[in-house]
Amino acid sequence: MSYPADLRYSKEHEWVRVEDSRATIGITSFAAEELGDIVFVELPEIGADLSQFGTFGVVESVKAVSDLYAPISGTVVEVNEALGDAPELMNSDPFGEGWIARVELSDPSQLDALMDADAYAAETA
Amino acid sequence: MSYSPHTEADRSRMLAAIGVGSVDDLFADIPAAVRAGDWAIPDPLTEQEVRAELARLAGRNRIPEVSFLGAGVYRHLVPAVVGEVIGRPEFATAYTPYQPEVSQGTLQSIYEFQSLICELTGMEVATASHYDGATATAEAALMACRLTRRHRVAVSAGVNPDYRRVLETYCSGPGVEVVIVPIDLAEGGSGATDPAAAAAALGDDVACLVAAQPNFYGQLEPMAELAEAAHGAGGLLVAVVEPTSLAILAPPGAYDADIVAAEGQPLGIPASFGGPYVGLMAARMAAVRQMPGRLVGATRDVEGRKGYVLTLQAREQHIRRERAASNICTNQALMALAATTYLTAVGPQGLREVAELSSVQARHLAAALEDAGLAHRRFGGTYFAEVTMTVADAARRLAALAERGIVAGYLPERDEPQLRDTLLLAATELTTDDDVARLVEALEATR
Repeated sequence: MSYPADLRYSKEHEWVRVEDSRATIGITSFAAEELGDIVFVELPEIGADLSQFGTFGVVESVKAVSDLYAPISGTVVEVNEALGDAPELMNSDPFGEGWIARVELSDPSQLDALMDADAYAAETA
Repeated sequence: MSYSPHTEADRSRMLAAIGVGSVDDLFADIPAAVRAGDWAIPDPLTEQEVRAELARLAGRNRIPEVSFLGAGVYRHLVPAVVGEVIGRPEFATAYTPYQPEVSQGTLQSIYEFQSLICELTGMEVATASHYDGATATAEAALMACRLTRRHRVAVSAGVNPDYRRVLETYCSGPGVEVVIVPIDLAEGGSGATDPAAAAAALGDDVACLVAAQPNFYGQLEPMAELAEAAHGAGGLLVAVVEPTSLAILAPPGAYDADIVAAEGQPLGIPASFGGPYVGLMAARMAAVRQMPGRLVGATRDVEGRKGYVLTLQAREQHIRRERAASNICTNQALMALAATTYLTAVGPQGLREVAELSSVQARHLAAALEDAGLAHRRFGGTYFAEVTMTVADAARRLAALAERGIVAGYLPERDEPQLRDTLLLAATELTTDDDVARLVEALEATR
């Protein structure tokens, strides 16, 4: 399987897309597939401080309930409210409309601790 | 024969592994005063001797001939069908098994209970029940904290003092601050929560205002205004209600309550010391994932037949472990079935008659005491079926009447010193005019 080349990936199967000082966070297509039909996501609060690899929410599928781990530290500036009514967007478009939150990065150097698309593809192979 | 599978060596290894000196040290947090001392266990008795001893103990019970005691528990008629249904072996002995879905009958009865509680409260979703009204109230306050992500709870002093104590215990663990919103207890006062005072006490970081309708002193609260005050502070309104009163009072759904908690005992469960009782909880659908305890849902199987399931279990302890919505993983199924059977047996009209008769008899009681010059209403405003009366020398006369087999209500000064020389008297449809006449006569005799 191949993954978008412009993203960074964590071992916990979250992705980050960096645009200037902000980053968008979501879960990967691999995670979405493993979870099965996602029925609920508990979003972080705007203004919450996330720390890299700390939990920041919960995703619930018909099979399991899993914590969401922040791939990067930062302050939440926006959450994907659309997931409230349509959590299945995380299954159908995990790298696009299924995004979870946007954060203001506190330490961009943390990106170095994440994988690129090829490394993540190898990790999930 | 020893029932313990562990040898002394096993125990020593376990204690060493956790770094504790002795088994007694594990109980160090329990105050010495409440620990069991030496057991004084008498010699064995024959069955005949045991029966005689139990009969002797039972003979010491004093069943009042006339009672006006309420204060959260109410003596209503329990139709015989309630005992008949909950005594059926399928219900009386079966616990919701794992896998619960094999017990479709049990799940259906819980689903019907939830539907009835929703109809009664005007809310959108109800849980499968809780231990009692006090724990349901505490759980509702913690649920409000989860929903608002705030950690301060305001409680009207009109909420049952026992509920407030349980709430404080529940809040002490997670570090939730509990503040009391005072009510006007002065002679001739409203006996209710003042919305302006409540608004001032709430602040902008309060998770909820907990208020009771009717309140502990029988008084009706301005619930719609209290809801407005709570919402104005960005918090929720937790309404603690008396279920039979909902047949004639506005349901919490109509005054914008966010969470409803109640003691379900008046619905077909006899008044008895220590219960078992049943807690009710209902809320808006948007809050469903933060509700504690179990929920039964209706669905269809692959062949399109109706069926019942335990739903949204992810909130529960056995899946989310320490991140669960609550430590409650079960419900008070048999007592919930009693409430379901009761509500079904009396129907909407029957419940309205129960509520009307109770409130009519409470007014007859208050008027009789006032006409005899024995007492007068402590508060202005209006009340449901329980009334706080100012009575000279209340504590002494309550004790004197108990000697005559009459329980003249509850003594509010136990919880509120300000309410010295008042009695809280409850009436239900079982309160007869003769009961009232006997109370008047007995109070006269103790002037």
